[in-house]
Amino acid sequence: MISAGIDVGAKNVKVLIQEDGKVLGKGSVLAGLDMGADIKEAFDAAFKDAGIARDKVEKLYATGAGRNEVKDADDSYTEVGADAAGVAYLYPEARTVIDVGAEEGRAIRVDERGKVVDFAINERCAAGAGAFTEAMARALEMPLEELGKISLTSTKAVPMNAQCAVFGESEVVSLIHQKTEKRDIARAVHDAMATRITSMARRVGVQPEVALIGGVAKNVGFVESLERDLELEVMIPDDPEFVSALGAALLAAGIAK
Amino acid sequence: MKANYGYKDGSGEFFITLDTDRCTACGDCVEACPYGVLEVVDDPVDPLSDVQVAVVTEAERKKIKYTCGPCKPVVDRPPLPCMTACPEDVIAHSW
Amino acid sequence: MAEDTNSKEYWRWTESNWRDPDIDWKAGEIISVGIDVGSVSSQAVILVDGKLYAYSNMRTGSDSPKSAENAMDWALEGTGMTQDDIHYVVGTGYGRVNVPFAKRAITEIACHARGANFMYGPTIKTVLDMGGQDCKAIRVDQKGKVVAFLMNDKCAAGTGRGMEVFANLLGIHITEVGEMSLRVEEEPPMVSSTCVVFAKSEASGLLREGWPKEKVLAAYCLAMAHRVVDLLERLGVEEDFAITGGIGKNVGVVSRIEKELGIKALKPTLDTQIAGALGGALFARALEQKGRKSK
Repeated sequence: MISAGIDVGAKNVKVLIQEDGKVLGKGSVLAGLDMGADIKEAFDAAFKDAGIARDKVEKLYATGAGRNEVKDADDSYTEVGADAAGVAYLYPEARTVIDVGAEEGRAIRVDERGKVVDFAINERCAAGAGAFTEAMARALEMPLEELGKISLTSTKAVPMNAQCAVFGESEVVSLIHQKTEKRDIARAVHDAMATRITSMARRVGVQPEVALIGGVAKNVGFVESLERDLELEVMIPDDPEFVSALGAALLAAGIAK
Repeated sequence: MKANYGYKDGSGEFFITLDTDRCTACGDCVEACPYGVLEVVDDPVDPLSDVQVAVVTEAERKKIKYTCGPCKPVVDRPPLPCMTACPEDVIAHSW
Repeated sequence: MAEDTNSKEYWRWTESNWRDPDIDWKAGEIISVGIDVGSVSSQAVILVDGKLYAYSNMRTGSDSPKSAENAMDWALEGTGMTQDDIHYVVGTGYGRVNVPFAKRAITEIACHARGANFMYGPTIKTVLDMGGQDCKAIRVDQKGKVVAFLMNDKCAAGTGRGMEVFANLLGIHITEVGEMSLRVEEEPPMVSSTCVVFAKSEASGLLREGWPKEKVLAAYCLAMAHRVVDLLERLGVEEDFAITGGIGKNVGVVSRIEKELGIKALKPTLDTQIAGALGGALFARALEQKGRKSK
């Protein structure tokens, strides 16, 4: 069966189309003012990528903070449910799922069948999500990818005291004034962020294997800091930001339950 | 005195309240906390006295939601070590 | 002094100093000083035998010791007094351990409580201090001793820094925010995000929707007021009630806090930003007296 999943996130709207567990196409657009237009645009991109017509999709499930905006969805799932379904399909051996998105972080413990055992969420505070690293990259006047890369070359652990994105920006600026190397500041940013995510994950109990998903999983600097903090390696899929949409699509097709 | 250490941010309220009038500065909570959140010092808000009280360390005040996290699992939450250790019932957590 | 020369620096408020010309400090027995080095502003207060003699209020620079010196020098300006004439200096605030000439560092909570007791008299019971990078709520007894407190310095919401982010976003001067936010016919719904980062995106959205600046500011001042009232309720509010700190000068926030609490804040008789330094100077006097007695 061909099904689609849509993840209406805080920053991006992502659509994934699959057939019998095989990904046919994906589409992602930056969320702007007009949610309806963003949703349509993300669908158009995914259908173009898949090279199929819209009427071929038999079922559509929605997830994400704005899932209720998707009027023609057959059903909707919470992000936690969609994350668990997507990860269970990609990594059946995973027992812990960490999802770090632009505005929210989640840790989910799943059982052998991929069912959610319990979860913890960091929300409504930029310090616990991708918005934090974005703000720090801005303060350092470098693109986010660069922030991740130079973090890997850091030779010194510098503590970061601010636990707020706004205060963090000021702290980064004062570190720059104190002539702290940018790569060490980058690592400080990722270490601070990783500490917060790790302790959230500890509340559900970190059991291997651990899968890391969400847009922030593409930040190599953050991944390194998180692995150091968790003292284990995490599994990251190719398109970590599409896992929720994948989960929704699999749930729609009945492949995941 | 009720000393509230911690914060409120978008994600919620996270305060450790210490009733310093009952605190005897015995230090049992300091020993019990696995993460070094508490310490016994000269009362920081009563500079003219020589009384010692338990406080949340300066380094931890802005991150107790995270530091205390492992003692607060989502399910099957056990009693908190700091609260259990205190003989005078000084400590309360808001979350 | 630093004047408002750069029109893009919307955060700049007027720095000031003041002196009571009727006091002859040379006749004083104890000259005590409190220096409050905050994250955003620094103040120095000079007391002569427990009477307010002079003070200064300026922006904190990148270097705490230098900021303390600057505040001290400016408070001394025109007095003929030098640092050698001062008997005891207490440092307080975020940079309190970096005040070079201080004999003792005392926490902001203790100093604000004591300062408010002096400013407003013994009937003051609840003090809300809204500073540049923190927000404090303090319950005090009639002697200015702390009964209960909380301090929120983790999160920028409810602090001057949060307001600066909004002033910058809208391109208006920080001192105009309050008045401007009151120029709405009716109160809009408040900005729903507490987090300043998310509130800023929310406000950008409202501006794109065509909301006038006044309405956006009203929505933010309301949110800030609601947030601090929430915090205050952890301690309980008992009259007399006062608001100190930089945001204490923002009528848009103050009037909305009063409305939500159903309580009027006492009108300040002095610059509310000096409360911490004033408390520090009062402790300095007490400590000097204690020291002289034990000799």
